[in-house]
Amino acid sequence: MKGIKLRRYHAPKYDEPIIMEMGVKGQRGILVPPAEKKIAEAVGPAADILPKKAQRQTPPRLPEIDQYHVLMHFLRLSQMTLGMETGIDIGEGTCTMKYSPKVHEELIRLSQMVDVHPLQPESTLQGILQIAHELESFLKAISGMDAFTFQTGGGAHATYVNACVTRKYHQERGELGKRTEVITTQFTHPCNAATPATAGFKVIILPQKNGYPDLEALKSIVSERTAALHMTNPEDTGIFNPLVDEFTRVVHAAGGLCFYDQANANGLLGIARARDAGFDACHFNLHKTFSSPHGCEGPAAGAYGVTEKLLPYLPVPLITKEGDKYHLDYDRPRSIGKVRSFYGNLECIVKAYAWIRSMGPEGLRTVAETAILNNQYLDHLLLKIKGVSRPFAEGKPRFEQIRYSLQNLLDETGFGTHEIQNRMVDFGIQSYWLSHHPFVVPEPFTPEPCETYSKEDIEYWATAIEQACKEARENPDMIRNAPHSQAVHKIKDFNQAEDADRWAITWRVYQKKKNKR
Amino acid sequence: MERKDFIHPYIPNSVPEVREEMLKEVGLKSVYDVYAEIPDRLRFKGRLDLPEPIASEARLKRHVEEILKKNSTCKEYLNFLGAGCWQHHVPAVVNEIINRSEFLTAYCGANYSDVGKYHARFEFNSLMAELLDIDAVANPIYDWGDVAGRSIRMASRITGRNEALVPKTICPQRLAEIRQLCQPEEMSNAIKIRFVEFDPKTGLLDLEDLKRKISDKTAAVYFENPSYLGFIEEQGPEITALAHSAGALCVAGVDPISLGVLTPPGSFGADIICGDLQPLGINMFAGGGQSGFIAFRDEEVYIAECPLEIYSLVDTVVEGEYAFAEVRAERTSYGMRDKGKDWVGTASGLWTIGSAVYLSLMGPQGMKELGEVIVQNVRYTENLLSSLPGVKIKFKQPNFKEFLVDFNGTGKKVAEINAALLEKKIFGGKDLSGEFPEFGQTALYCVTEIHTEEDLERLYNALSEVLS
Repeated sequence: MKGIKLRRYHAPKYDEPIIMEMGVKGQRGILVPPAEKKIAEAVGPAADILPKKAQRQTPPRLPEIDQYHVLMHFLRLSQMTLGMETGIDIGEGTCTMKYSPKVHEELIRLSQMVDVHPLQPESTLQGILQIAHELESFLKAISGMDAFTFQTGGGAHATYVNACVTRKYHQERGELGKRTEVITTQFTHPCNAATPATAGFKVIILPQKNGYPDLEALKSIVSERTAALHMTNPEDTGIFNPLVDEFTRVVHAAGGLCFYDQANANGLLGIARARDAGFDACHFNLHKTFSSPHGCEGPAAGAYGVTEKLLPYLPVPLITKEGDKYHLDYDRPRSIGKVRSFYGNLECIVKAYAWIRSMGPEGLRTVAETAILNNQYLDHLLLKIKGVSRPFAEGKPRFEQIRYSLQNLLDETGFGTHEIQNRMVDFGIQSYWLSHHPFVVPEPFTPEPCETYSKEDIEYWATAIEQACKEARENPDMIRNAPHSQAVHKIKDFNQAEDADRWAITWRVYQKKKNKR
Repeated sequence: MERKDFIHPYIPNSVPEVREEMLKEVGLKSVYDVYAEIPDRLRFKGRLDLPEPIASEARLKRHVEEILKKNSTCKEYLNFLGAGCWQHHVPAVVNEIINRSEFLTAYCGANYSDVGKYHARFEFNSLMAELLDIDAVANPIYDWGDVAGRSIRMASRITGRNEALVPKTICPQRLAEIRQLCQPEEMSNAIKIRFVEFDPKTGLLDLEDLKRKISDKTAAVYFENPSYLGFIEEQGPEITALAHSAGALCVAGVDPISLGVLTPPGSFGADIICGDLQPLGINMFAGGGQSGFIAFRDEEVYIAECPLEIYSLVDTVVEGEYAFAEVRAERTSYGMRDKGKDWVGTASGLWTIGSAVYLSLMGPQGMKELGEVIVQNVRYTENLLSSLPGVKIKFKQPNFKEFLVDFNGTGKKVAEINAALLEKKIFGGKDLSGEFPEFGQTALYCVTEIHTEEDLERLYNALSEVLS
């Protein structure tokens, strides 16, 4: 990493107040149209129309602020947010922080998107229905599935819908009473355990062996109680499980369904498909793999796809095509029903559609190959850094992301992943993400240098890790007191947010508790 | 085979020389050395059946624009559809802020690098708390129906009971989502849904029926105000008192835009409040602007059972600086997987920031005036339409933003009426003959601040022609 010079970065620091502290009584941020004269004269004041007992007695204590200062405040808050586009965001592994093309934003801001009501007659929704229908055909090609729904408003929502589909499938067979267990793996996203539990299933977490889910354990666990398997591949460690089709075979033989969480699909586009590994259902995060921006955690879309076998259970409506007309099909008696109002986050669908159109089949493979190549390059650089290790599956390559450990650094210097995370942001890059719980890999961090990042970005990121590890040895105060160049300093005591007497979830509670003290 | 000639503007390392250099550095011949981990039987060998790329931005934009042009809009047509997605004015400042690159592209960046995101979330929670008159607000998720289901599940865990009472006038779409979260009854954690009757004249919840049905099995009494059918459910205090007297929780579903003029459920003691943020400054996006919020008491038992992320203001080592941290993250599905409270995930973060900006702009006076003009416009439209022969307003109770128009006396079906209105470039109210067949031919009309007197007269004139 010769020639990489870490930036002398500093985040914008405004000492911005909480908006509840701002404003002057009587100021207005925006005016609303009053009732027109004829209307006001005809019907009288609203207070005479509304039932007396239903009328608000005390106005909400919202701040009163002129427009310029509302704008200024939120602009400053946006500047106090690094986001993905101003600081290299390689660190948020499993999240696929790829570039979201700006032209997509222009498209979804067209009146034909923002000013469209979902219940308009089908004939007036033909554009958006066409895009959804064509995107569905693209995702079918990429996964091998037979149908998709876009109603699921995020990846975890898609896994929940799979649990609902699983319920319905076994219910129709009269087996729901006995098929009470869903199996998932340790390195699959936690929602794959949480959502079947919410749906009423008992969840069994398959142990891992040297970083691979244990096939022998699976064989001993499956039974007539097995309702489904929820797993991902490669898992969050970046390790690809080559026996994945054996897992689906074992579960199918026991009468269970197999769901593939494809949150980690970026390195597999055009390379391997869910169907070919025997899965009955899968999902893609359109806000990850297919470029829709993450939006401070949404709007998102967890496009959920199924094979013919599970198609009857998809939520209503499905988007169908007859001749050159698109329809919303609600006449689906075996459907699980609704999981979200209307049709999902269609703005994400437009972006995913445009992204795939800009790529084509060759482009998607280039995305996958580059994601893999970038990760090999980062891995090569990181493993040279003293203190960084890559547990499990010795000698096996990782796919598009890797879970590393800083346990060695902790043992040597007393500083682990939390301290290094705090210091990394001082170099003007987005904070890295550690791991899902539990931390099977100790002192974890999980970078994912997807196709968006240049060779130099990757070198910069590795240099920042190297520098932080070096400081842990040579300049411990620098690490101990980090961060140094952010909009705020180090948080004094995280227990403040754990203690009911001290936490302040809203401004009104903050004031109450402060006055009490 | 690996190709080397697709240089894409979104992929810096698609340049062949750079790839060669990187491969050489890591000691690989090709990335297919890594893909060798995938057994041959699992490899996709064909070419994906996708259209050829539209490589230039100019052509791509043109292509998508041409498709989207097939949509008609509520700017070209005069719109009276609501029913869960509502046409309101979206302030320019809201759009400016939610389109900021930093907010648009941030994700799970931690406490420091994304502190502005957490600051804005805390402000959203604080502003909503004032609007709802309750102390704790969680980070929102998918939509109203989803949070109604989650609120009922919270109530079930808090009370240890497994039955919920809901009004028969509940929005069927929301009910379907509640069922998805609480049923089917074979499941060990199922919650039984029972319906409470309503007064046929006013639509209001039948309190006598509620008294009959509430019991020591009831976890939650859920009601909506304004109701799905538009009428103002003014019995919030009575419903809450009845719920409490049976040891149940009161869960109130609200349209937050009504709360400049209507009593906030927190002030009569509702325990959990939920609803949708879309009216507060979020564009319709054909239903893509939904976001469900949950608010509750600042008590440990509520925090402990809330499935969503909750944030607290915390101190830094420098006096007077505001930072933010997650409250008891361990309880969520991220912390405890299947042992966590339901689940949480990426949903609608950008919309919470949009709503925070919206409420900051509106202030107390803006919210009040907005509520007033909606109520006046609704009453004016009701008066106009009920003067048409055969047309009635279904419920006598005053309405907020939406109202049920009864066309039974016209001898025409709503479907026919709406088809004729469409010819006149009007989206008539939602046809409810499917969802509420017992009402015959009725339609749910939505009138907001965006409608002018001229718009309402145009509807009146169009309907008189259609019905004559």
